Amino acid sequence: MSRQALVQVKHLTRYYSQTCAVNDVSFDLARGEVLGFLGPNGAGKSSTMQMISGNLAPGAGQISIAGIDLLEKPKQAKREIGYLPEQPPLYRELTVDEFLRYCARLNRIRRSHIGNAVATAKERTGLGDVGRRLIDNLSKGYQQRVGIAQAIIHNPAVVILDEPTVGLDPLQIREIRALICELGKEHGIILSTHILPEVQATCSRVQIINRGKLVFSDTTAGLESRMNATALIAAFHSAPDLAALQQLAGVERVEPLPGNRVRLHYDDSNPAEALVEQSVAQRWRLHELTPEGRTLEQIFIELTCSEEQYPHSGDSSQ
Amino acid sequence: MIFTIAARELRSLFLSPLAWAILAVTLFILAYLFLTQIEAFIGLQPRLAAIKGAPGVADIIVAPLLADAAVILLLITPLITMRSISEERRNRTISLLFSAPVSMTEIVIGKYLGILSFFIILLALLALMPLSLLAGTDLDLGKLAAGLLGLTLVVAAFSAIGLYMSSLTEQPTVAAVTTFGLLLLLWIVDWAGTTEAAGSSMLAQLSMLRHYEPLLKGLFNSTDVAYYLLIILLFIGFTIRRMDASRLQH
Repeated sequence: MSRQALVQVKHLTRYYSQTCAVNDVSFDLARGEVLGFLGPNGAGKSSTMQMISGNLAPGAGQISIAGIDLLEKPKQAKREIGYLPEQPPLYRELTVDEFLRYCARLNRIRRSHIGNAVATAKERTGLGDVGRRLIDNLSKGYQQRVGIAQAIIHNPAVVILDEPTVGLDPLQIREIRALICELGKEHGIILSTHILPEVQATCSRVQIINRGKLVFSDTTAGLESRMNATALIAAFHSAPDLAALQQLAGVERVEPLPGNRVRLHYDDSNPAEALVEQSVAQRWRLHELTPEGRTLEQIFIELTCSEEQYPHSGDSSQ
Repeated sequence: MIFTIAARELRSLFLSPLAWAILAVTLFILAYLFLTQIEAFIGLQPRLAAIKGAPGVADIIVAPLLADAAVILLLITPLITMRSISEERRNRTISLLFSAPVSMTEIVIGKYLGILSFFIILLALLALMPLSLLAGTDLDLGKLAAGLLGLTLVVAAFSAIGLYMSSLTEQPTVAAVTTFGLLLLLWIVDWAGTTEAAGSSMLAQLSMLRHYEPLLKGLFNSTDVAYYLLIILLFIGFTIRRMDASRLQH
């Protein structure tokens, strides 16, 4: 069980009449992983998550949760899923406690365990002191937390969160991210977002989906190595000769920039150390040195804006 | 699981002022009708005393009261059922049920029982009116029971139709209007022909009113009961199908 993938998605496809929302998507999720799902609006993130959570029937493909086929045995498989949709499904006329009790019962938690389950979920999401308030009267951030509490109340193997930090203030975002990291230790988590730093902060694996197709899938570590610096930007008070800079070990190419700045492209060895030594020795008066790397944003844009790959697609609005 | 959903449904109904308002208005009108029937009975009493085997309180007070109650319920059922599924779809709370380990049948039957329990409460309060006559006179309890059974079946059929209409649309008002239209049509469908043509007797078979009248007279006919049970099963089945289909298309 521990070695088995918690979620297995195979060749998932979904059409909305003529439009293909999800096209042949396959991936696995193991216990202890936080999988970040990235993509521009309308890429098929939400549709994929709705299908994994059983809210939407797939057009074709296979989904299994903790080894149980979702389409063949939906009841057993859904026990292992906690799902927070984009818009949290809250009954606004109930209090937080009433709502969570109802969710606990819906998820078939035994009567004697309900009190415990509600208390644990509230504690983990920081809802301790709002239990008796009406959900309608809570702020957006607290409502979002109730949504998360609802998704984890039955201690599911897989937690699916669709844009969990939308509409929260920066402090709440940090708390929710910390919560996600903590949940990720015992559960498998699928998280969709279009906030790129969120992925770097919380996820152990990243998948980018565009136009219904999976275009990138790698661990965050792998992603970081892709993002590694390949250039340095240096600023001097008395600029040296470009030829002198070219002499430094490792430098491939020197590109002058306005304001006594240069960009040093390098290949394998980082010339920063040599540059500083030379600067001191020859009084170039170096006052700024910045490593320049590709950001996740650049990778994201490269992957999602390469429209040329689809010669048949009619619109090229993006 | 069904009862969890039903309890939540009933609770949410009573957390909105609508249910209370409907209970209050309905009972007020029914109480007024009840009192006018009593007055009519008192006026008739001297003449009834002279007739042997004359109609009793059950015929003169209870039967008209229950007949009027059915018409009033026809007006208010759409207001109670309109939100049950449509609003959950609109507020996206339905995904809570869809991602829980609950089958579609359990969801639909749970919701149906929630609505039905509201009407059972209403009918229980209504039944107290004729029962209060026991304090001063003899009441044919068999006739009262048959009438109340009829009214329960009528309102159970109304609710099933309302639930189905609510699953068709995301707009509660549209659900209410269509429910009302269909209920009224089923109520008056036998007006089409009073002649004894083959077609009109088939329409009479479809009419809810035609199947209710015998029960009011204390006549328990299994075809009438079967008619209501068929309607209930049919529309609950439709609702389950409809909800399953809503996951397929979008």
